[in-house]
Amino acid sequence: MSAAEEVVAEGHEAVEAVPKRAMTLGTGTSLVVLAALLIVPMFVKNFIIFQMTMLLIYGLAVLALNILTGGSGQFSLGQSAFYAVGAYTSAVLMEHANINYALTIPISAAVCFAFGYLFGKPALRLSGVYLALATFALATAMPQLLKLNFLEHWTGGVQGLVVTKPDAPFGLPMSQDMWLYYFTLIVTVLIYIFSVNLLRSRSGRAFMAIRDNEIAASSMGVNVALYKTLAFGVSAGITGVAGSLGAIAVQFVAPDSYTITLAISLFLGMVVGGVGWLPGSFVGAAFIIFVPNMAESISKGLSGAVFGVLLFLVIYLVPHGARQVAILGQQLVGKLRKN
Amino acid sequence: MELFTNQVLAGIATGAIYACMALAVVMIYQAIDHLNFAQGEMAMFSTFISWQLMQWGVSYWAAFLITLAFSFVAGIAIERILFKPLAKAPVLTNVAGFIALFAIINSSAGLIWDFTIKQYPTPFGSAPFLGSQLISTHQAGMIGVTVLLLLGLYFFFQYTRIGLAMRAAASVPESARLVGINTSWMIALGWGMATAIGSIAGMLIAPVVFLEPNMMGGVLIYGFAAAVLGGLSSPLGAVVGGFLVGVFENLAGTYIPGVGNELKLPIALALIISVLVVKPAGLLGRHIVKRV
Repeated sequence: MSAAEEVVAEGHEAVEAVPKRAMTLGTGTSLVVLAALLIVPMFVKNFIIFQMTMLLIYGLAVLALNILTGGSGQFSLGQSAFYAVGAYTSAVLMEHANINYALTIPISAAVCFAFGYLFGKPALRLSGVYLALATFALATAMPQLLKLNFLEHWTGGVQGLVVTKPDAPFGLPMSQDMWLYYFTLIVTVLIYIFSVNLLRSRSGRAFMAIRDNEIAASSMGVNVALYKTLAFGVSAGITGVAGSLGAIAVQFVAPDSYTITLAISLFLGMVVGGVGWLPGSFVGAAFIIFVPNMAESISKGLSGAVFGVLLFLVIYLVPHGARQVAILGQQLVGKLRKN
Repeated sequence: MELFTNQVLAGIATGAIYACMALAVVMIYQAIDHLNFAQGEMAMFSTFISWQLMQWGVSYWAAFLITLAFSFVAGIAIERILFKPLAKAPVLTNVAGFIALFAIINSSAGLIWDFTIKQYPTPFGSAPFLGSQLISTHQAGMIGVTVLLLLGLYFFFQYTRIGLAMRAAASVPESARLVGINTSWMIALGWGMATAIGSIAGMLIAPVVFLEPNMMGGVLIYGFAAAVLGGLSSPLGAVVGGFLVGVFENLAGTYIPGVGNELKLPIALALIISVLVVKPAGLLGRHIVKRV
C-alpha cells in the first residue's frame, strides 16, 4: 500500500467533524431544559429523583468521553478506570479523613486530572485501535488493582466502602435525595458550561485541529503532545467528578462496580447521543440507564438480545445519534414557521 | 527447571488458541478495518452448535466439519445482513454494532443452552503426549491444528487466485475493483473465513475452559492482545503474538510474586502496552507513514 492510499484509508478512521455551532443547544432551548430539570423533581417520587441524579452523573461521564473523542479524536475504552478513581477518592476522603463531601469533588477532579494526564503521556504514541486496547487494559486492570492487599486498609478490599449520604445544608426542608439531586445539577451545569467554553476556546480549537488532521495541526504550531495529554487529563478529571457524585449517590463503592461493562456503557452512551454533540451526552446517558431496564421488562431471558436489537435500530435509523434527531427536529420547526 | 519447561509448554498450548483467535481478528481487520468485538461470542455460538450436534449423536469430526461450514455461512450472512449497511458509517458506530451483536449472541446462547457449565469432548484424549509428563495430547493437538491452519492460510493467500483477490481487495480496494474483483464479496468472504477460524479456536479451547456462554470473554481479550502485539496487518504476527502472550501469561502467573491468577490479565496487557510504546505498529506490523 502506498503512502497516499494509507492516508485515504486513514481518512475513514477520522471522527466526523462537527461544526462549531452544532455543538450545543440554542440558548432558549437550554433554558427550557434547565427549567424542567429544576421543577420536575418537586413533583415526583424519591426513586425517580434518584434516577434523575444518576442520569446527570452518567451524562457527565459521557460528556467527558465526548470531550476526549468528539473533541480531540482520541478513543478510550478506559473511562470506567477514571470513574473508579474519582469514586474512591471521594469515598476514602469522606470515610477516613472526614472531609466534607462537597470538598472531595474538586480534590477528586484534581487527582483524576493528574492520573489522566500521566496516562496520556505514554498513550501519546498510540492511536486508533492501539489506544483502544491500552485504555481497555487500564479498565480491566482497575478492579483488580482496587482489590490489592496493601490498599485494603483504605479501600476496604473486595467489600468496598459504605459512604454516608449528606443531609441538605442550612436546614433546607429537603429530603436527602432531593438535595443530592440539586447538588448534582449545580455541578453538572457548571461543568457543562465549562466544557462548552473549553471547546470554543483556543484549546478546544487545538483539540479539533488534532482530531481532523494531526500533522496539519502540528505544522500550524499546535503542540500536539501537550493538547492530546491535556484532553486526556480534562476528560479524566470530569469523569472523576462523575465518579465522586456517583459514589455519594449510591452510598457505596466496590471494585466490581467499575468494570469494563461501565466503560462500554459510557461509550455506547456517546455513540447514541452523537459523537461531539455535548447535549447528546445526557440523551445517551438516558439510553444506557433506561434501555437495559426496558429490555428486561420486555423479555427476561432475552434482555441482552432485546438491548442489542434496539441498539442496532438506533445505529441504522440515526447513525449520528441524538444529534441527527435534533437537527431533523430543528429543520421541521423551521419549515413550520415558514408556513 | 521442570516447572519452567512445564509452564512454557502449557503457555505454548494456550498460546495456540490465542493465536487462532488473533488470526480470526486479523482476518476481519484486514477485510473491514475494524476490530470485531463479537468474535469471541461468534466462536462460542459455533462451539455450542457442534456440542448440540454431538448430543444428537453425530461423531466428533463430522460435527467439526458441519460447524465449520455453518460458521462460514453464518459469518457471510452476518456481514451481508447486519454490517454491509454500516460500511460507510463512522468507525464508532461500527464498534457499537459489534457490541450489539455481542449482546444478541450472548443472550440467545444463554436462552437456548442456559448458563450451566458443560463438558466438551476432546478428539485427542488427555493422556500424556508421547509418554512425556510435560504436555497432554490435547495440548499437542491444539498446537498441531493451529500450525496446520496457519500453513493452510499461507498457501491459500499465497498461491490461490481467490486468496490473491482477497489480499488485493483488502489493501487497495479501488484498484482491485478496477481490475474486476468484487471487493464487496471479498469482504463477506473474509467474514466467513474469520468466523470459521474462530469456531476452530472455540472448539479447541472448550475442553479446557468448559462450555458456557461466557467462555470466550478472556480468550478474546488475549486474542486481541496477541493480534495487536504481533501487528494487526500481519497474520504471521498474530500467531507469533498468540504464542508469546500465552507463554508470558503463564510465566508471569508462576514467577512474579503476588500476581497469581487474578492479576495475570492486567500484567499481560501491561506487557503489550510496553511493547507498543516502543514499537507502535506491533512486532511484525507495517509502519504506516502518513502524508498530509
